[in-house]
Amino acid sequence: MSKSSQAAPERLARWRPDRRMNRRRHMDRLATWMSVVAGAVLVVVLLSILWTLLSRGLVGISWATLTHGMGPPGSGGGLGNAILGSIIQTSVALLIAVPLGLSCGIYLAEYGRKTNYFADVVRFVSDVLMSAPSILIGLFVYQLVVVPWGHFSGWAGSVALAVLAVPVIVRTTEDMLRLVPTAMREAGAALGAPRWRVILSLCLRSARQGVLTGILLALARVGGETAPLLFTSLGNQTWSSNLNKPMASLPIAIYQYAGASYDDWVQLAWTGALLITFGVLLINIAVRLSARR
Amino acid sequence: MSMAPVPRSSKRQFDFDIFFHWLFWGGAFVVLLTLGGLIVLMATGGWQAFTTFGLSFFDRVVWNPVKDHYSVVAPLLGTIVSASIALILAVPLAFGTAFWLTNIASARVSAVVGTAVQLLAAVPSIIFGMWGVFTIVPFIARVLQPFFNHHLRHVPLVGSLLTGPPVGTGLMTSGIVLAVMIAPFMTAVMCDVFGSVPAMLCESAYGLGATRWEVMRKIIVPWSRNGMVGAIVLGMGRALGETMAVTFVIGNVTVVGWSLFAPRSTVASLIALQFPESPAGSIRLSSLMALGFILMLFSCASLVLARFLRGGRK
Repeated sequence: MSKSSQAAPERLARWRPDRRMNRRRHMDRLATWMSVVAGAVLVVVLLSILWTLLSRGLVGISWATLTHGMGPPGSGGGLGNAILGSIIQTSVALLIAVPLGLSCGIYLAEYGRKTNYFADVVRFVSDVLMSAPSILIGLFVYQLVVVPWGHFSGWAGSVALAVLAVPVIVRTTEDMLRLVPTAMREAGAALGAPRWRVILSLCLRSARQGVLTGILLALARVGGETAPLLFTSLGNQTWSSNLNKPMASLPIAIYQYAGASYDDWVQLAWTGALLITFGVLLINIAVRLSARR
Repeated sequence: MSMAPVPRSSKRQFDFDIFFHWLFWGGAFVVLLTLGGLIVLMATGGWQAFTTFGLSFFDRVVWNPVKDHYSVVAPLLGTIVSASIALILAVPLAFGTAFWLTNIASARVSAVVGTAVQLLAAVPSIIFGMWGVFTIVPFIARVLQPFFNHHLRHVPLVGSLLTGPPVGTGLMTSGIVLAVMIAPFMTAVMCDVFGSVPAMLCESAYGLGATRWEVMRKIIVPWSRNGMVGAIVLGMGRALGETMAVTFVIGNVTVVGWSLFAPRSTVASLIALQFPESPAGSIRLSSLMALGFILMLFSCASLVLARFLRGGRK
């Protein structure tokens, strides 16, 4: 700005308002159009994904699909055992991940202020885990659980999912606890409450909405993960609720069936994809609605 | 001053404050241990491959399960090229959408589309893979490939990059699918970053007569450059490590070549496909672990870069 005012006299002499203004206006219009196009492309892609899922998957939704177990092609198999396996494994994963993630998040927010290098390292490590490729988590849990035990198991799958869920819970718990005003902690301390009491009964309580959101987001992330389950829970064609045995899950079933050459298996894959996407999206929408309130 | 000290019970055996401090510390320590264990287990798993092949692990182009000779070049190249294509496509898409949502669209449109974009970011990656097989692969095989083969076959350099048998799977397909997958995520972060520019700055520029694009280019972009680069690097990290979306559409052939439209493989897709058929303790398994270790290094490096550019947490 200052440059142009210094050079004002010469510039004014050469200044042709129409042409210059026109160029700026055209540039602006061009940028506007390009950005609208970019936005439209993303929206179209979203609609295309939803349309593909609905048009291919909706046909296959029936009571039999939801209740029958997987079976050989042409035998009227369903996805029941995969759905059950998914529910069991994600629940166990959350049972492992929630206490761990909560305590780590509380530590980072309440004890890990400024000069705590250990907390800085943990914070960084949690971010690394959050962005680590999920298939590597699968490899890690394979080495950690499957190799020593000597067989694939639902436990291994749950542990892999838990490793994915923990960083999400840590991050949201810490962020939400940091939003709790210091005055609240001081008020608690002034009433004579010990620190653990202040943290658990005051801070965590007033941040519970956000913490719950974090847990739900972790659930949504973990529910659709395929890669970490490939080498850990392996998948299973029969009904099994035994966590010591290989266990079916919805994403693995989709992965196995999507490339099959039997029409009814491909149909099941699309139906499964529809179920899982809408499950994940429903959780996200619920989170959004509750956050708005 | 007459107040007597509060009498404490003499049998105070259990101090909850210390107990909970160590409990929370334990949670943090387990998280630390997890990453440490991850890196150590990958390194030890890949040790056999590193020592057996030595330098030839990095400078040959074979991945031959029959002769049991492996090298990381072909999958690494596939990973890097497909992630680059994804970035080239996704960055303008994300930037444009973020510009539109923050500066141009009306509040209602912005709210609806912004939510839709964030929902798109939450869709599981396997869905993108299936969608890619169903829509992008036929498009490339039937429209784009024949077109390139017809018009560009004799053009030097570009011809060898763009032509090839019209199978539809390959680096370009997976690049497109990855771009669609990471663009919403990058858009969401960029919207946040653009929104954090002080309104006063933009208003001053508008007051001086700047157009919307000029405000974007001269005020908002310089102000939020670090955040934008951070978003791009995070998106790159996701593109590098993505498994399911890529496995469906890359074609899974471990060779090195010029064409962007021929089937290739990436590190993650190779691990996903060959791991189940590799017997425990074999050199093949170890090579896959070594690949995983290298991928982990990539992922760590991109995160460090993103944090460095962002200057700590938001």
